[in-house]
Amino acid sequence: MAGELEFERPVMELKKKIAELKEFTKTADVDLSSEIEKLEARLEKLETDIYENMKPWDRVQIARHPARPTTQDYISYLFEDFFECHGDRAFGDDEAIVGGIAKFRGLPVTVIGHQRGKDTKENIRRNFGMPHPEGYRKALRLMKQADKFRRPIICFIDTKGAYPGKAAEERGQSEAIAKNLFEMASLRVPVICIVIGEGGSGGALALGVGNHIHMLENSTYSVISPEGAAAILWKDATQAKKAAESMRITAPDLKELGVVDEIIEEVKGGAHKDVKVQAAEIGEVLYQSLKDLMNLSEDQLIDHRYNKFKSIGEYSFLKEFIGVK
Amino acid sequence: MLKDIFTKTKKKKYATIPSETAKQDVPEGIMTKCPNCKKIMYTKELVKNLKVCFHCQYHHTMNSKERLESFLDASSFEEINANMISENPLNFPDYIEKLEKDREKTKINEAVVTGTGTVNGQKIAVAVMDSTFRMGSMGSVVGEKITRAIEKADELGVPFIIFTASGGARMQEGVLSLMQMAKTSVALKRFSDNGGLIISIMTHPTTGGVSASFASLGDYNLAEPGALIGFAGRRIIEQTIREELPEDFQTAEFLLKHGQLDAVIPRTELKDKISAILSIHQPGGDFQWQEN
Repeated sequence: MAGELEFERPVMELKKKIAELKEFTKTADVDLSSEIEKLEARLEKLETDIYENMKPWDRVQIARHPARPTTQDYISYLFEDFFECHGDRAFGDDEAIVGGIAKFRGLPVTVIGHQRGKDTKENIRRNFGMPHPEGYRKALRLMKQADKFRRPIICFIDTKGAYPGKAAEERGQSEAIAKNLFEMASLRVPVICIVIGEGGSGGALALGVGNHIHMLENSTYSVISPEGAAAILWKDATQAKKAAESMRITAPDLKELGVVDEIIEEVKGGAHKDVKVQAAEIGEVLYQSLKDLMNLSEDQLIDHRYNKFKSIGEYSFLKEFIGVK
Repeated sequence: MLKDIFTKTKKKKYATIPSETAKQDVPEGIMTKCPNCKKIMYTKELVKNLKVCFHCQYHHTMNSKERLESFLDASSFEEINANMISENPLNFPDYIEKLEKDREKTKINEAVVTGTGTVNGQKIAVAVMDSTFRMGSMGSVVGEKITRAIEKADELGVPFIIFTASGGARMQEGVLSLMQMAKTSVALKRFSDNGGLIISIMTHPTTGGVSASFASLGDYNLAEPGALIGFAGRRIIEQTIREELPEDFQTAEFLLKHGQLDAVIPRTELKDKISAILSIHQPGGDFQWQEN
């Protein structure tokens, strides 16, 4: 199978063997059904063993899988009448972020998300899902529009990070991200963020100031890529695997650290194995999230977001007072 | 020993070659060498000039203590949350030791010092980041202290002024560091919606997660001359786009040229300029607004 990952190779090999045997029994006059049954039982056990004991680095591989469903895939399954809106009204249209209006089970909503490409050509057009300032400014424009028309906002997070380029710096990458964090704080509508792939640093957070933050089981969310962390901490980018383990970037880690609300279960082996089923799974969590948040008034929603972020972080106090004075 | 004084073989057999560091260094304390123009000057004089080089106007790094002393009215500073310290939420090896070492070295407990004080008599809440502590990086404590300082400003109804100096988010606290960007920005928004005045003064260096959150969220975004300010590191950008960047890339002057800053203000004029901005935010004159 194309795009198989290293850690799941035993599963793939066994699957291939079973398929071969089945093919063989069809043509030859031998009954191998008991052997096949045995192998299938072994396969099931192997799958459970491998997919339920995934290491952080395995999850990173799944989160980065070229076939991993993107924002647009989920939009097509989850929403009706999606109408895409383009442009930041100041500089251009950044295709690394898609956004627009739609209905979710009848409810008008605004949907925004990072957008990777499916192939090289599309990836170049979408800059591999790494936005420039105009992408964030487009997102903010759509959020303010949602606020005006009182539509809940759903953000899909899936980026390696904000694009590190000359033009991005010149046009104020920092300011664009900062402004999103700032303005999202006072939106009077529910904001629900779902990390579907890689949540890369500030570029991800700029769509991430939500009342609820959910993560797909095999997605990651971190302050820096494992490669970047390894380069800084150990001056060696090849230690990414070790960094992935010590940086605590997986969904269960973030749940434990109090950042994430719900972990959305994935199809065995990763979301790319069955987009439709995965979308349905996301739909259920989204539905419940909306139900919960729509019980809150405008002010309560703003307070809810304030308190959510205020509570993140770990610190303590020294007994004796030592100041600069 | 008495005998040693009278020894005749005083001549050294080998010439000593000063090491690279010794060549750079001037006896610590008395003299300081400007890293920019290489000229040597009296440290005392330099400090009196707010650590701005007499010859080339290079702005030497100021730590939080020097900054507070130079910017606030004498003995007006009252520190808050001084004894808040970091935990090790990811159980990162050596992190606690590194923090302890920096506490010992800098005599402060974290990379930001917060509190209240006055600037030419006008009361403010202030946060001063300190690049001598873990490169001014932002972890849970930095985010929380800044947030509390903003809340203090809100509670007292006074302006909030922040001096930024940071390499960005602190790696060792992982995603919790990232979330401090959101925490501080959310607090600033509430303060701003309540009519609070925010002034951000970016000093060398202001990069990464700090530049992409509170540093860029002032009603007035100011910077010191020559300060490095930017989101992504220069090396990373050069590797990504595979071309050389202009000499002044990501300097305060570069940002001013590209519309990202209100002004670049020399340190020696900073207090008076800020004081003037503060005063413009006070009601004044023989005018009356119509009340609804």
